[in-house]
Amino acid sequence: MKIACPWGVAYAYTGGRPWVDGQPTVLLIHGVLNDHSVWILQSRYLAHHGCNVLALDLPGHGRSGGRPCDSIQAYAAAMLQCLDAAGVDTCAVAGHSMGSLIGLEMAAQAPTRVTRLAMVATAYPMRVAPALLQAAQDDPPRAMAMVTTFSHSTLAPPPSALGPGTWTHGALDALMRRVLASNTEHNVFAEGFKACDSYQGAPEALAQVRCPVRLVLGTRDQMTPPKAAASIQAALPQADTVLVPAGHALMTEAPEATLRALHPWLLAS
Amino acid sequence: MAGAANPNFDTLALHAGAQPDPTTGARAVPLHLSTSFVFRSSDDAASLFNQERGGHVYSRISNPTNAVLEQRVAALEGACGALAFASGQAALHASITTLLGAGDHIVASRALYGGSHNLLHYTLPRFGIQTTFVDPNQPDAWRAALQPNTRLFFGETVGNPGNDVLDLETLAAMAHEAGLPLMVDATLTPPWLLQPMRYGADLVMHSATKFLSGHGTVIAGVVSDSGVFDWEASGKFPTLSEPYEGFHHMVFTEEATVGAFLLRARREALRDFGACLSPHSAWLVLQGLETLPLRMARHMSNTERVVEFLAAHPMVQRVGHPMLPDHPGHALAKRLLPRGAGSVFSFDIRGSRAQGMALIEALQLFSHLANVGDARSLVIHPASTTHFRMSDADLAAAGIGAGTIRLSIGLEDPDDLIDDLKRALRAAEKAGTP
Repeated sequence: MKIACPWGVAYAYTGGRPWVDGQPTVLLIHGVLNDHSVWILQSRYLAHHGCNVLALDLPGHGRSGGRPCDSIQAYAAAMLQCLDAAGVDTCAVAGHSMGSLIGLEMAAQAPTRVTRLAMVATAYPMRVAPALLQAAQDDPPRAMAMVTTFSHSTLAPPPSALGPGTWTHGALDALMRRVLASNTEHNVFAEGFKACDSYQGAPEALAQVRCPVRLVLGTRDQMTPPKAAASIQAALPQADTVLVPAGHALMTEAPEATLRALHPWLLAS
Repeated sequence: MAGAANPNFDTLALHAGAQPDPTTGARAVPLHLSTSFVFRSSDDAASLFNQERGGHVYSRISNPTNAVLEQRVAALEGACGALAFASGQAALHASITTLLGAGDHIVASRALYGGSHNLLHYTLPRFGIQTTFVDPNQPDAWRAALQPNTRLFFGETVGNPGNDVLDLETLAAMAHEAGLPLMVDATLTPPWLLQPMRYGADLVMHSATKFLSGHGTVIAGVVSDSGVFDWEASGKFPTLSEPYEGFHHMVFTEEATVGAFLLRARREALRDFGACLSPHSAWLVLQGLETLPLRMARHMSNTERVVEFLAAHPMVQRVGHPMLPDHPGHALAKRLLPRGAGSVFSFDIRGSRAQGMALIEALQLFSHLANVGDARSLVIHPASTTHFRMSDADLAAAGIGAGTIRLSIGLEDPDDLIDDLKRALRAAEKAGTP
């Protein structure tokens, strides 16, 4: 699905189902150097269980036009513009990693529009190791290899996104190469990491949030370990936390547990 | 940055795709001899069929044991995933029919395994897919063979049986410039020797019957996808980039930014053509993969000894192995295959066809049969067996003479192999004496 936004034409995967007026909408937001396809299984399930799904490619990423934003706040504003353009008034939001902070900012910028927020593999602050940040700028293949290693917790992932026989390490590496190559003007890898690393708006954003929030955290996550979400949990004592036995790549390493954390919770009224 | 979280090749050969069975604690990969898998609920059934969940439905499409094999091969190749088939030929056929249809065209090396040559030259034209065969050592010939309807470059990493070394980087760049993928048959160079995707190959297939399983016990095939080729940007692969009525109008390239090829191949080629791998065979290949690094090291050291012996023998006219400086692929092999260019090679004796047959008859440790990549050493006469359907001209073009003898060096004591060859060469010499 293509959505003409003020910042460019956004691409949204709809989970293999056409849009149905009157259904609740779920917005799925990917992380740094990813695209909509990291949510494939969850997208398809939600879309076939009563939701309109918008699994977006962020501005400047993959199939979406525009240029990558320079801050989490700007990404959130771009997402809200996308909802406007799609005619979506309210929606539930699930974001992974950087996408979780974008979802948080959306809930702060438009508290009445975000009905529920699932922050998957989240942390605040979301610092990026200087060596990784530098490598993303100067030597993306080396940085991608580091991210692939840090994102996985098992050599034996279950049948996952793309189906049985997927080697999730190789799939993530190939996806990052494809997304990096999709934008020849901007290094969306380094710029995404900078947006995460420099984000300082969570305390204010958390104070603005009005919707139910759920944290979905990987018990073996090396990129955003569960303890790194403590400041969010402290600021939102009403938020609940679901621990999933997986690394940072929750949606592919533990697709079923991640789905159970999102559905039907995202749709509850 | 290697370690438990990012293991090296030899560790992946043992661990990729497998962990102790969560139910029984079994450490070895369990063999799941079950056609089907029970649904937990009606919703579970529907969502599995509709690819909303990961899991197994029916073993023609996927099976837990096969999935371990697929993940392991993908890990060893540096791929995003892999798909196992009933044979290498099935893997090649499924790959081609996933991407091409009637009216499409392939540019292929003319130094191919006889079975692959049959498929491309005789069978696929009947279904409207044509192939132009070119000299694998002449990159310009590949470019010259391009047509508007060309959809694939295909060759063997080390061509059977002349051991032509494919210039992967050059051909990959040429293919990509034309918006095409490069697919290679890497059967003779398992990933311990060469990972073709590092040099730009997009699809890598193996007859797993050979070195991957390694023990001459099983027929199997596998194809891996790097996930890097952009099928949609190419604009030449509607089977992947346009809605497929046969599976929920799925657009595979939207569904899977990487891995669209594997998704369609599983959802169509395995489903409709049905050349699935038996889980028992998958298990046997996995047993072989666990020792692939150890076996390949021995295959290579034995090959080096035998090649040196043959090259120095007065009865031997030519030894066609890239480790020798006079082989046309020597320089390329040194760069692409530093651990060795495989243990399958051919040689010609100074003498008649009858002397060649006498040599084969006199061998005792080398088994005369139609296979390569066994733990045991093997020998065959290609012109009368594996390549017998090829014309004399095609044989000559592929570097096969009437007296060419092909060896597959196994894991025996190299002194014993040399002794066997020494006696057989003596027998061949006597056969030529009036």
